[in-house]
Amino acid sequence: MWDILEYAAWALSALFGVLMLADLVRIDTTYDNELLISSREGEIEATAERHEI
Amino acid sequence: MDDTTSAAAEPDRLRLLRVLGPAHVWALGVGIVLVGEYMGWNFSVGKGGMIAGLMACWVAGLLYTCVAMIDSEVTSTVAAAGGQYAQAKHIVGPLMAFNVGLFLVMAYTMLEAANAITVGFLLDTVAGMRGQAGLNQQPFIVLAIMFLAWLNYRGVLATLTFNLVITAIAFLAIVALFVSVQFGASAVPLDFSAITSDPLPYGWLGIVASLHFGLWYYLGIEGTCQAAEEVRSPARSLPYGTMAGIMTLLIAATMTWYICSGLMPWEYLGQAGTPLFDAARVTGSTGLMVLLFVGTAFATLASANGCINDASRAWFSMSRDRYLPSWFGAVHPVYRTPYRAIVFLVPIALIFALGAPLDQVVTFSILSGLLGYTFMTFNMVMFRNKWPLGKIKRGYVHPFHPLPTVVLLILCSTAYFAVFLGYGTQLSAMMCFYIVASLWFHFRRYKFVRRGDQFTMPWPKPHGY
Repeated sequence: MWDILEYAAWALSALFGVLMLADLVRIDTTYDNELLISSREGEIEATAERHEI
Repeated sequence: MDDTTSAAAEPDRLRLLRVLGPAHVWALGVGIVLVGEYMGWNFSVGKGGMIAGLMACWVAGLLYTCVAMIDSEVTSTVAAAGGQYAQAKHIVGPLMAFNVGLFLVMAYTMLEAANAITVGFLLDTVAGMRGQAGLNQQPFIVLAIMFLAWLNYRGVLATLTFNLVITAIAFLAIVALFVSVQFGASAVPLDFSAITSDPLPYGWLGIVASLHFGLWYYLGIEGTCQAAEEVRSPARSLPYGTMAGIMTLLIAATMTWYICSGLMPWEYLGQAGTPLFDAARVTGSTGLMVLLFVGTAFATLASANGCINDASRAWFSMSRDRYLPSWFGAVHPVYRTPYRAIVFLVPIALIFALGAPLDQVVTFSILSGLLGYTFMTFNMVMFRNKWPLGKIKRGYVHPFHPLPTVVLLILCSTAYFAVFLGYGTQLSAMMCFYIVASLWFHFRRYKFVRRGDQFTMPWPKPHGY
């Protein structure tokens, strides 16, 4: 049983890795890099009390 | 969920999602740390005996109470991802901030690797008990890191809600063991006779040496402030979650010492791999044994999960300020996580988890944490001097300033000496690494930093400037 679990662990690890990398590539090729790195630290202060649902 | 109000001011900017509450902050801090109750702390008993173990528990508890108080005040004001990195940037200066950012990334990535190694060790133990000796631990170590990285990649709310559940179960498992033993569920009675028969087997130096591993009870509680940019109300949630966290840990640490020291001889306890699980086995109760095994596994996973969260936020924040390549400072447009930083740190954690021995990894993590605590002492003094009480709004004001700062500095100095006794080479190597990194930052990297943009807090000029 443990042999099967070892193979399953390898397979799941690969699956999670592929999911992350595929999504990363998809996002990086879909969106402009300037938008992706547009986050600014100080904005938290300006928006702290104005967040809406 | 929509954050269109902020988008009205800056329509084309991505930012981390502000969805967390105080319970998530608690889960982040306690989740990172609680694994230290399940393993590691007991080496302090091996270094100096039962009394030394208890003194290390409480002295380290005092040290971390100071850390939690100081951190709560500063971070409730400098509420930005990156935590102490952002604090250092605003209060001390860029070079200090770069170093503090590296302390954070190293401490959490190493701790994540150590937790993954522990997952492999736990499964190997279970396999051994089921008659399968020599389990290949590597696939399980890799799976732990990959699964938790994927979870972090997908969103902070799910990640820390998961942490909240498994951390609460791990904490309640300790409480259940304590209550069960107190009400006579154990086949073996509590025995503290070694306190009088063999009080300090290695003398007073044993107490100092034990402090190194006493830190393990609480190491990482300061990680709560990495969530600053993702909590709904930083000024309220961060102090509340952090202080509730340190109180939880003080209770858990004392109960852990009490149960383990009472049920097992200190000579065995001082070198046990999983002391709480072993204590449950000594009680002879199958239910407690299963519960504490689950608690051990959950505590380990919660710690690794929180470490991925914190290391990626620190890396992200440094990149956003161009202290590191700005490519890492990206936010996922759907999940609103620092996805490039999360993915980048995965192979680094894997290298340490698969290629380095556990005690070395843990020691490097402790040393990086200790350097961060030392920074907090003069950071706090400078913060109060530059912006005295009443000059800027604070979410929390810690009492008795500067006493906690002085106590923290004294205890940090003692802890350095304790680490030096056992790991002097590693301490020196770590210092050399940070000196070389600082030189690189000063001469090669700082020219890329947008100097005006990095100071973001809307504060008045500091006192005396």
